[in-house]
Amino acid sequence: MPREVAEVVADAVAAAKDGDKEAFDEVVRLTYADAYTLAHRLTGNEEDARDVVQEAYLRAYRGLQSFRGDAQFTTWLYRITANCAATQLGRRTKHRHDELDDSVPVVDPHPDHDPQLRADAEDLRTRLRVALDALPPRLRSVVVLRDVYDLPHEAIAAELGISETAAKVRLHRARNKLRDQLFGRREGETRAG
Amino acid sequence: MQCADLTESLAGAADGVTELSRAERRHVERCLRCQAEIVQYRKLLRAMRSLRTDVLEPAPGLLADILATLEEAGERQAVRSLLSGRRIAYLGGLAAATAAGAAGAIVFASRTRRARLAG
Repeated sequence: MPREVAEVVADAVAAAKDGDKEAFDEVVRLTYADAYTLAHRLTGNEEDARDVVQEAYLRAYRGLQSFRGDAQFTTWLYRITANCAATQLGRRTKHRHDELDDSVPVVDPHPDHDPQLRADAEDLRTRLRVALDALPPRLRSVVVLRDVYDLPHEAIAAELGISETAAKVRLHRARNKLRDQLFGRREGETRAG
Repeated sequence: MQCADLTESLAGAADGVTELSRAERRHVERCLRCQAEIVQYRKLLRAMRSLRTDVLEPAPGLLADILATLEEAGERQAVRSLLSGRRIAYLGGLAAATAAGAAGAIVFASRTRRARLAG
């Protein structure tokens, strides 16, 4: 988020904390696309992302007085969004147990089809998006929050309701899977040294 | 030191979070496989960070839905505070009426006593 926008958001948040309802609406207008993007990345689908974002803003609105302003409002909102997404995914996985399986292979098992494309940064991003979507939600959540949104392990663990150690293990597994997917493992590579 | 010993450290090293020990650094300096892996992690992390500026087009009507949800929550809150305000006013009125009644009873009792003494 550009600095000027962040400043406008900060002012609107301060006004909203003083009871200005219109100011909170402005905060929503300025940040909802960002929050939706995160929710979509975490849940992997539009329907859940919509529900998550609505719930996140509702919680943010109700808990606005507890926002101390130590961090940016968006960081606080991301944490709430992550927490809502974890709840939503938990609800969903009660019905779809396959989502919990970390061993589900990511799509496109031959990432090295076209060496020309591999060199292209935009193509790398495109393939990364595909690989992220294909990751199991429990791995995707951690790697997105850490590597895209730069949340600390402690915050990720708190919002996802897991231990910091579990968050680190999941991050490692997610990065490994993404690396394998994007760059492939060389023939016979097993990291045996 | 073998490549397998560095499995968990390389991504952290690429991230700048983990500092490799002297022995690990010595291994990486001589191991093309580990060097290649660090380069891949760096590319991966760079690509991940670049997604931060990637904002998806929100689903149509989402903003209106969020604002409507907040409006509804705000109205509910207002009704709740109105009701609690009325409850406070009711209890206050009740307390005032009780106090007035008690004061009246005291005045009445003292007048009756004075009349009895005079009579």
